[in-house]
Parts: sequence; structure tokens; C-alpha cells
Amino acid sequence: MADAIEIAARVRSGSVTAVDIVEQHLAAIAKREPEIHAFNLVLAEQARARAHEVDAMVAAGRDPGPLAGVPIALKDNMCTRGVPTTCSSKILAGWKPPYDATVVSKLAAAGAVVIGKTNLDEFAMGSSTENSAFGPTRNPHDITRVPGGSSGGSAAAVSAGFASLGLGSDTGGSIRQPAALCGVVGVKPTYGYVSRYGLIAFASSLDQIGPFANSVADAALLLDVIGGHDPMDSTSIPLTHPALLDVVGQGAEGLRVGRITDLPDGADPDVTERLELAFDALRAAGATIVDVQVPAFEFGLTAYYLIGPAEASSNLARYDGVRYGLRVDAADTNAMYGVTRAAGFGDEVKRRIMLGTYALSAGYYDAYYGKALKVRRLIHDEFERAYQRADVLLTPTSPSVAFPFGAKGDNPLAMYLCDVYTIPANLTGHPGMSVPFGTGAADLPVGVQVLAGTLCEPQMFRAAAALERALS
Amino acid sequence: MSGRDGLPGEWQLVVGLEVHVELATVTKLFSASPNRFGDEPNTNIDPVTLGLPGALPVLNRQAVELAMRVGLALNCTIQPCAFHRKNYFYPDMPKAYQISQYDQPLNIDGHLELPDGTRIGVERAHLEEDTGKSTHFGGSGGRIHGSDYSLIDFNRAGVPLVEIVSRPDIRTVDEARQYVNELRGILLAVGASDAKMEEGSMRVDANVSVHKPATPLGTRCEIKNVNSVRSLGRAIDYEARRQIDLLESGERIRQETRHWDEGDGRTHTLRTKEDADDYRYFLEPDLVPLAPSQQWIDAVRAAMPMLPAARRARLAEVTATASNSEAAMVVVERGQDDYVLAVAAAGGDAARALVHVKEAFADSPSVPAADLAKLTTMEVSGKLTATQAKAVVAELIANGGGDAAQIAAAKGFEAMETDALGSLVDQAIAENAEAWSKFCAGEGKAMGALVGAVMKLSHGKADGKAVTALFNQKKG
Repeated sequence: MADAIEIAARVRSGSVTAVDIVEQHLAAIAKREPEIHAFNLVLAEQARARAHEVDAMVAAGRDPGPLAGVPIALKDNMCTRGVPTTCSSKILAGWKPPYDATVVSKLAAAGAVVIGKTNLDEFAMGSSTENSAFGPTRNPHDITRVPGGSSGGSAAAVSAGFASLGLGSDTGGSIRQPAALCGVVGVKPTYGYVSRYGLIAFASSLDQIGPFANSVADAALLLDVIGGHDPMDSTSIPLTHPALLDVVGQGAEGLRVGRITDLPDGADPDVTERLELAFDALRAAGATIVDVQVPAFEFGLTAYYLIGPAEASSNLARYDGVRYGLRVDAADTNAMYGVTRAAGFGDEVKRRIMLGTYALSAGYYDAYYGKALKVRRLIHDEFERAYQRADVLLTPTSPSVAFPFGAKGDNPLAMYLCDVYTIPANLTGHPGMSVPFGTGAADLPVGVQVLAGTLCEPQMFRAAAALERALS
Repeated sequence: MSGRDGLPGEWQLVVGLEVHVELATVTKLFSASPNRFGDEPNTNIDPVTLGLPGALPVLNRQAVELAMRVGLALNCTIQPCAFHRKNYFYPDMPKAYQISQYDQPLNIDGHLELPDGTRIGVERAHLEEDTGKSTHFGGSGGRIHGSDYSLIDFNRAGVPLVEIVSRPDIRTVDEARQYVNELRGILLAVGASDAKMEEGSMRVDANVSVHKPATPLGTRCEIKNVNSVRSLGRAIDYEARRQIDLLESGERIRQETRHWDEGDGRTHTLRTKEDADDYRYFLEPDLVPLAPSQQWIDAVRAAMPMLPAARRARLAEVTATASNSEAAMVVVERGQDDYVLAVAAAGGDAARALVHVKEAFADSPSVPAADLAKLTTMEVSGKLTATQAKAVVAELIANGGGDAAQIAAAKGFEAMETDALGSLVDQAIAENAEAWSKFCAGEGKAMGALVGAVMKLSHGKADGKAVTALFNQKKG
């Protein structure tokens, strides 16, 4: 299956039809989706109709846009007008948004073809996509293993060739970790780079939408389309963002690549081995390697598991059975709230709502949420100092390759550790991405994480592209 | 035996008011839906108003500007501020949190001066969004508890509010009423709100406590559901007496929120402090901090209209009356002070104009300032009595203006010469001998009957002042 850049070029030139492209991808879905379960909903008819429109534009001599005819999979926490949007939760049963998320509008304006809504850990809370109310997604590289999460459906869809591109959301690593486990490129841009309007919130100060792709260049193309200021999102950055697609070919020469000498332990040997090779590859490509320290790195996980749940406890309070989604009737309103939420939310979501409610409660706020905010500031400042010495930092994306189903299901803390390397970028708002860099144990994909300073996506993409080239 | 507010013993009332005001913006605080009262239910809504998943708030600049006007009018400092989430469940609050301002409000440390010069501190005036409106059916009392079903109108959800919190500086029921009236005048003057208590665009909660001088402040109760200035006075008075009764019988006041029942004229427990929600305030991550620049503040200040107090002072100066006279209060409240000034500018007598406008202009009639000016001139030069002038004013109002001299002539109004008056006075004394002797014996009240008699004899043409003077002269 061709990459997105090539598909768009050929559709725009008329050498292939968008309808043919869609049919190829639908055929791939028909073949493997039953065992993978990447999607909550495949939008076959809508995709075919959209592809016809794209072809009609080309036939009429009009340019459908930079993503002309490119099939894309959307994580099912992004609102699509008139199309069920579930967050893989029973609580949103039957709800159809009356509006499109800003990213969805931008994709449509760029000529993309949405092929389906993908599975996720309920409300994006999890690292394996096992927490979905609709059953888990399987890793296309080994269907006995998880695809990572929470954007496991989008990662698996792109990895399995169901879609050329995917969109995920990343609150603590939910794009980068599944990208690593599925062997695709996954990007969490700078906080505010992409509008969150229409992304169903998990933790508003941490959530960010970003691309999945089969190549660094494809990811750059997609980010160029979805990035930029949105008047509907007060936290979106008023930037005239650079065309990342133009910089991916510039090479790593002259880049200062940082090694975090006090990085928390815990990564498997096969993963650290690939990381060392990544440093070697960038050095060989003309980068210089520098040592940096981020002593508070290890506290990121703890801070995250207070701040994320605190915001989630508030964001998810609106699912009360009053206006939309699931309602379980009871004697009075307060009882209705209780039974509706008890029936509608899964265990992990309930766990985080309770954790967050507790962390914000009178008498506990200062010790928990308040202190977590201080740690967040500390980590941010330490990273800022590191970025004065280094343009990008390399770390593992995930401590391990894809793990078997159920391996961490009974142990939330073990599951939370999956995100130890990805979480700091969400706390600081800095961009990070995972790029596939060979394989590790059981011949499964290993991702290397490239981190960069605020709005330093160009340097990040240059380094990632250099790693990608070193491998080919 | 009683304090200046009529409370028994030494008891002293202490009141702080929290006033919620709906801002008169075109759209809602965080979305583009119209901010309009009285529309069909659930027509002014959108994903943000309904708190639909994925919807995000965007701050309304006009709301900030109106809130800044309120702050400046209340002598507040405008400071960099932020929004917080106040978390609690209620069916008419779509997100299950209200976006409000917590420890970083927009306006702080101001004051409002009552017409008599008493200064009431204003702790803060902050921005927040309104909730929807629930109507409960079945059960009793229109409360959610025990009702069969409820209907919710989200038109009001997301309407911008300013909450103005006074310091507990109010000491009498009358001061509380004055505070609300003066605040209402200010809000109208700056165009921040239509401030209608009966429509709920201005809602007043009162924190009431009592104590004795030189003792610590008492435990307060918050009184809600007060829907008019009159009710506010009644509710505070009832609550103060309730608290005094409890304290005097040796009981303690429980800190609680109480509901004013207009029907039985009492306050009833709504919820106690123990079952108050823990709102779990935290910084609203969907919004960015708000820090109005000095240029913006200066521009808002420069565009501020004259406030009621200043207008009353101006009127008082021109009319040589007290700035807190009833006439000055009423005329400024009606916005007719500019008209009075125009009458003065047209050569009329400002003091007489003020009286006529206050007495006769309640329906805001249109009478050219020059016409009223001419009337007042005739009046002060003694060509018309006050009674006659009143009749001419009525004619001016009925005709939308006119020549006062012609109207007076047509009505046969001519000021009587002093000689003619003198004979009428003599006649009145002859016909009212008893009254005259009482008057001469020092009974001032008897003057009324004597003057009345002259007025009757003159068919209303006599000038009351001149007649009084003549009687006094004759008495010697």
C-alpha cells in the first residue's frame, strides 16, 4: 500500500482514483479487521461517497487538497457530525455529535477520506486499548499482544494498512506508545499546535491531537494540514506554523542531540540497545551528542496521575444521564446520576474519577493536586534548561515491546509505568514523537522517542527523518 | 432601648450583599449563542452552551469590557485574573461545573457610596457563567425534591454574570435597600445590565448576622430567593429578628443558607454548612489567563458615562438642593436630569424645573426645554402661583409643549395685585373669626383654614405665599 504523499499526488494528478484507493483499503479491512478490531465503526459508504466527490473535483479540474483521496482513521474521541462518537464507552451510547471537530473539518477541506472511527481505551485512559467497552484491539504484528494505547485502534489501523494515516490523541503517551508498539510514526505536537475543539476531553491541559503515519514525511504532511490556530480553542497557539514537510529532508547535520543521563531505569535491554544505535545513527548523520540532566523526570508519572485524573474527574462529570448518552432510571435525580455513571463507566475510568476527585478535595488539594502542579512546573523548567543545550532529546518511547493481553491488566501501576518516558512532554507541553527504529524481543517493533522544545517541531522532524533514513 | 434600625436592645445588624447581574451582551460568555431573555426555551443554544463533549469555551470580549465598567464604576482595581471550575452536579448545569472566578477575580477592592455619603466596601466583582433554568412539576413548592419531573431551559446557561460581593459594611435595612438601588442605577448608567430583579437579571443574596457593639461579628446566614428591593428589606428584618430571638433564648446560630418565602414572610433552612458542596475549584484549563492591558483599561475608563452620584451632584449644584433630596434621586433615576439642566440653560429656573419634572414627568413626556423654562420664569416672577403653574405644566405635557403665557391667559390665570389680596384677607378674617383668634393666640395650624378661605374666595388665583405673608403681617 502506497504512502499518503504518493496517494495524494497520484489522486491529484488523476493517475489513480480516490475510489480505487478507498476500495483497496476497504479490502484490507475486510481481510484482517475481524482479527485486529481496530475500528469501532467502519464508514465504508461514507468513505466511498467522499472518494467520489474527490474524484469529481479532480475531473472538474479542481484541486481537492494536499490529502486528496488519502484514507484516514480517526480515534473515536473526535466528534464527527451525525456519526456516533463513543470514546469506547457505554456512557456515550447512541450519541451523535451535531458538529465536527476542527481537525475533522480541516481534513475534509484537505481532501482526506475518513474511513472509520477507531477503538481506544475508554476515554483515552489506558496504555493497551484493553479498557475499551467494545473489546480490545490486537497488535497487527502479533495478535496475541496489545497494540498499546490509548490510541491503539488508530495505530493498528495504520500499521495494518487499513488507513494510510491516522489521528490519535496523546495525554500521557497515547499516540507515541502505541505507535512504538505497532511500528509506525506517532507525533504529539506542542500543546496548542492542533486545535482541541471537538476532541472529547480526558485531561484538558495535557490532551493534544497528533498524527499516525507510515513515514516521518507523511506525519509531517498530516500535521501541516491539521495544525494552526483555531478561534474555537482558546489554548491553540496563534502560529503561522512552518511547513514541516519542507524540513524533513534537511538532515540531522548540526543538530545537538541530548542524552538524559539521569533517565529513570526500567527499559528492557532490547529497547535500550536500539536507543544506543539511534544515538550512533544521528552522530553518523552529523549530529553532536550532548549530556543533559532532568532530575525531576522520575516524578513525572506521579504528578501526571494526580493532574490527569483531577481534570478528568471534572471533564467527565457532564456524563450524568440528563441530556444525552446512557441514562439508567432511578427514584430521584441524584440516584439516577449514581446508577447511570456506575453502569456507563468502566473500572479504569471510575478509578481515575475517584483519584481525581480525591486529589482536588478540600483538605487534600495542597498535598496532592497543588503539589503535582509544583512538580509540573519543576519538570518544565528542567526541560527548558536541557533545551538550551540540546535541540532534541532521545529516549525510549516505551520501556518494552508490545506485551501480551492481560499482562498488566490486574496491576494498574505496572500499566501506568508504560508511559514513564512519554508523560513529561505532556506535563511540559513540549512536542515529542516516536519513530520506528528496528525490532527487539520477539522480532517486535521498537520505537525511539524524539523530544524537542516548544514549537521546535522542525528540529524534531529532522532528527526523526534522519533515524528513519539510517534504517532504510 | 432600640438601635437605629429598630432592633431590640443593643443588637446591631450586619449585612453583606452578593449581587448577581446578567450582563447585557449580544452573545453568551463563552459562545456565540444570543444572550436574550424571553425567547422560546432551548433556542439560544449550541454545543458550548450544552456542554457537549469536545466543546470548548471562548471568552467574550464584550462581557469582559462590561465587567470592567462595573469594576471601574465601583472604584475597584482591575487586575490580571483567571477562571476556575466550580464543580457540582445539578441538572441545569450542563458541564457539571460552572466556569467562575475564584481567587483571582477581575475587579477587587472597591466601594459604593450611598446617596447619604455612607461608604460600603466592595470586596470583588467577578465574571462567571449563569446556569440553565429548571422548572419542577408535581410535588410541593416547585422544588426538585419530590417533584414528578423537571423541564430545563438552557437559554440562560452561559449568560455572562458579574457577581458583586460587598463587604459586611451594611448596618440597616434601609442601607441595604439604598445599596441595591444605587447599584442598580450604576449598572443601568454604564450599560452593563438592565438589572431587573423581577426578571432575574439582578439577583440579590444577603448575608445577615447580628451582634452587640464591641463584640465579635455573629454567625451569618445567607438568604436567597429575594425578588425585589422591598422583599430584601423584609427578609433581612425577619432574619435579624429570628437570630436575635434565638440568641436571647440562649441558642446558637447555625451557619446556613436560608430561603426567603414571600408568602409567609419567613426564611427557611435550605442547606446547612455541613451539607455544603466541596466545589473542588481548580484553574479552568480550557481558558487562558486574562490580563487586561493598561491601554484597554484606560479606553474603557474614558468611555465611562457619568454615574448617578455625579449626576445628582451636578443637579444639586444647579438647582441649589441637596444631592440626596428625593427630587434629585428620582429625576436622576429617571434620567431626566439632563432635561432639567437644559431648562436652566434656556433661561428657566432650575429649582422649579426640578420640582415640575419630579412631580409631573413620570411618563417622560416631551416638552421643549424652552417652554418649561418660560413657565418657571413666570412662576418665580410671581406671575403664576404654584397651583396655577402646575395646571399650565399639565397643559404643556398634554400638548407636547406650548407658550406658557398663552396657556395661563387662556385659563384666566393672572396674579392678583396685593391690594386685591388684602381685601380678600380681611374678608377671610371676618368670615373665620374663630380661626383668626386661634391663629393670633399662637396656633400655627389655624393658618391653613385662613389661607384656604382666601384661595376659595380668589378662585385659586391667590399666591399662597403672599397670602401667608399678609396674615402674618396683620397679626403683627
